[in-house]
Amino acid sequence: MSLLLRGPRAAPRRSRRWWLGFGLAMILLLVVAPLALSAFRLSLLSKYLCFAIVALGIDVAWGYGGMLTLGQGVFFGIGGYAMGMYLKLHEAGAGHLPDFMSWSGVEKLPLVWKPFRYAWVALPAAILLPVAVAVGLGYLIFRQRVRGAYFAILCQALAAAFAIWLVGEQGLTGGTNGLTNFHELFGFKLSDPANQRSLYFVVAGTLLGLFLLARALVQSRYGRLLVAVRDGEDRVRFLGYNPLVVKTLAFAFSAALAGLAGALFVPVVGIISPTLVDVVPSLELLIGVAVGGRGTLYGAIIGAVAVNWAKTGLSEHFASGWLYFQGALFVLVIVYAPGGLVGLWRKGRDAVLGRRTSRTDGTDRTGLAVPAVRPETAPARRVELTGAP
Amino acid sequence: MRGRRFRILLAPTLGVCLLAAACGSKSSSTGTTGSTTGGGALPGVSGNTIKVGDLHSLSGTMAISEVTVKNAELLAIDQVNAAGGVLGKQVVPVVEDGQSDWPTFAEKSQKLISVDKVAVVFGGWTSASRKAMLPVYESNKALLFYPVQYEGLEASPYIYYMGATTNQQIVPALDYLKAQGKTKLFLVGSDYVFPKTANKEIKAYAKANGIDIVGEEYTPLGATEYGTIINKITAAKPTAVFNTLNGDSNVAFFKQLRSAQVTPQQLPVLSVSVAEQEVAGIGADVVAGDLVSWNYYQTTNTPESVAFVKAYQAKYGADKVVDDPMEAAFTGVHLWALAVAKAGTTNVEAVKAAMAGLTYQAPEGLVTVDGDNHHITKTARIGLISATGQINEVANSGGPIKPDPFLKSYPWAAGLS
Repeated sequence: MSLLLRGPRAAPRRSRRWWLGFGLAMILLLVVAPLALSAFRLSLLSKYLCFAIVALGIDVAWGYGGMLTLGQGVFFGIGGYAMGMYLKLHEAGAGHLPDFMSWSGVEKLPLVWKPFRYAWVALPAAILLPVAVAVGLGYLIFRQRVRGAYFAILCQALAAAFAIWLVGEQGLTGGTNGLTNFHELFGFKLSDPANQRSLYFVVAGTLLGLFLLARALVQSRYGRLLVAVRDGEDRVRFLGYNPLVVKTLAFAFSAALAGLAGALFVPVVGIISPTLVDVVPSLELLIGVAVGGRGTLYGAIIGAVAVNWAKTGLSEHFASGWLYFQGALFVLVIVYAPGGLVGLWRKGRDAVLGRRTSRTDGTDRTGLAVPAVRPETAPARRVELTGAP
Repeated sequence: MRGRRFRILLAPTLGVCLLAAACGSKSSSTGTTGSTTGGGALPGVSGNTIKVGDLHSLSGTMAISEVTVKNAELLAIDQVNAAGGVLGKQVVPVVEDGQSDWPTFAEKSQKLISVDKVAVVFGGWTSASRKAMLPVYESNKALLFYPVQYEGLEASPYIYYMGATTNQQIVPALDYLKAQGKTKLFLVGSDYVFPKTANKEIKAYAKANGIDIVGEEYTPLGATEYGTIINKITAAKPTAVFNTLNGDSNVAFFKQLRSAQVTPQQLPVLSVSVAEQEVAGIGADVVAGDLVSWNYYQTTNTPESVAFVKAYQAKYGADKVVDDPMEAAFTGVHLWALAVAKAGTTNVEAVKAAMAGLTYQAPEGLVTVDGDNHHITKTARIGLISATGQINEVANSGGPIKPDPFLKSYPWAAGLS
């Protein structure tokens, strides 16, 4: 395993520049933002960073693995509901039912709810349940060699079905309302700005940690294999690797990140409802990755934050017409900057330095199946919805 | 090298985060977080203006209903300003879009309270949006005026409920059906908290009043296929249908009911979420002859109603219709303005004290604010939809009904809340 995880070394100069960038991002997130932003804006930023965690997972699965995960809302929702159930039971107190159950005529705590009384069940479940679903689903789908648009449609159908099920089972899930009205997390009052601030640091720290983890993953030999599967699944299979395992792993990783993000989202925003797991939010998460630049992990994060920031900003300034601006923004990015914001920046930089944008040297010292396009230059290609070559 | 650096950097990153996170304070009584109570400044007041929030879905599935409610609130604000404003200051609305998305309602509420520092927010439509907003107003100790009839069983100290609670709309509707001899009811509703809770209450009422519930069906919000349900209805042979469907689904339901040759004369449908706006959407010819239950219709004949309709049409167009939630929203703005004038301040606790027992001659008639449960007295009106799209009153409760959100005064409702 450690052999598989060890990747090719990046050139020392690029690596140094990269760490400088990471250091800057860290200062920006952990020092500048908390000092510069008001309590309300900071908690909004916490929310965006939760979405950025999902985006990070999507980027691994889609940007590097070519799997168009259109249903991340499901995993986000499972994580969120796991956390919400814990908070709701904690709120109700021992022996009492959560408020919505008594409105819906439920008299006994349903069996599935019982384990969620304990944080040590609910928190791991927020990550492990999505992983279990992703592994089961991924194994079935990828074994049948379902890919491209069909995989995307399946994911999307799953999101729609999950949302409909949540709405239908009102007594179990809170229905359309979802789970809300939480006051405390581990004894900390959620409405207190000081605690919202702490929560921000937890979210930001988690994101930074996961970013390093995801980076280590995509730079490892496994990461190369993942890109190889994206660019030529059959060739990888002929070389003796099993794409099923490679793809399922990436899908499960993205699900784990989405679940964790959902669990963090609930105390930050104070509600989890079916509108957050449905097709539209799942699409919005993906759009964030596309706008930022898929195939670059930091691009996914920048994209998720930028898209959500724009959504808040536009809707605050143009309460009745903001959707048009948002739509126009997406169209502009897709048409004029298919590589997303990161691609745009690189193009600009290269134009100034007089370099060629698309580096397709494709050499690889490890001798692994050589991907046609290095992950770093993937955004220079057109954004294709299938992700398949 | 990279692996070591990874660890070297990861450790301080997480360390810093943990340290920063540990600065949180355990919940204690010192949590005077209220931006509304801090520093002695009055909420919403700056210079010669008072800012108020207006938060409805201006996009998404609920926009069709909520935009008109927003318009009614803006009209009321105009009227208050034309009459000299509140405390000699002009009222300035800050309009936000709830996007038919419940978490967004919570987020925008927080924004209105902590960034715009508004004196009050007028907002919401669906029960889901209200449930999402409730903790925000309670923790910030800020005021919300909610304009729509709902399922009851709620009385937040920071929300004022301008719409009917169950005993001002559903119970009178059931009384009317019972008086008409309709003793076999079929319940059709959208799959969310209002229809489910309303039907729970209806079933309790039916049990105590010798009414048979011969069927109960739910469809998701936005559903358009009612063939199966209509078959079940015709097979169960009810004498009336009690309809709690919301939004677009009503269009499909009524059209398919008529295609199945079911006329209002054979089987009347009584709806509690179909008002003038929805009748226009369904087509007046399709629903003419069916029943609704509300507290106000455009045809309600009071001088205030005539003035309201005239002012609304003058501002937004002569062909526009008004309905019950719009009237309730309009009333809410005026009640708040009266309460602030009476309190002499926008301070939330002072306004709450002034609200108790406050009366206002609304388009629907005289309303009185209940200081305990924050609802208002309302006259129940059963209406018959006419072919012109207007709704004509066929029965009313004779006077304002006291709000009873927990149905405490009804023996059959014991054990519901």
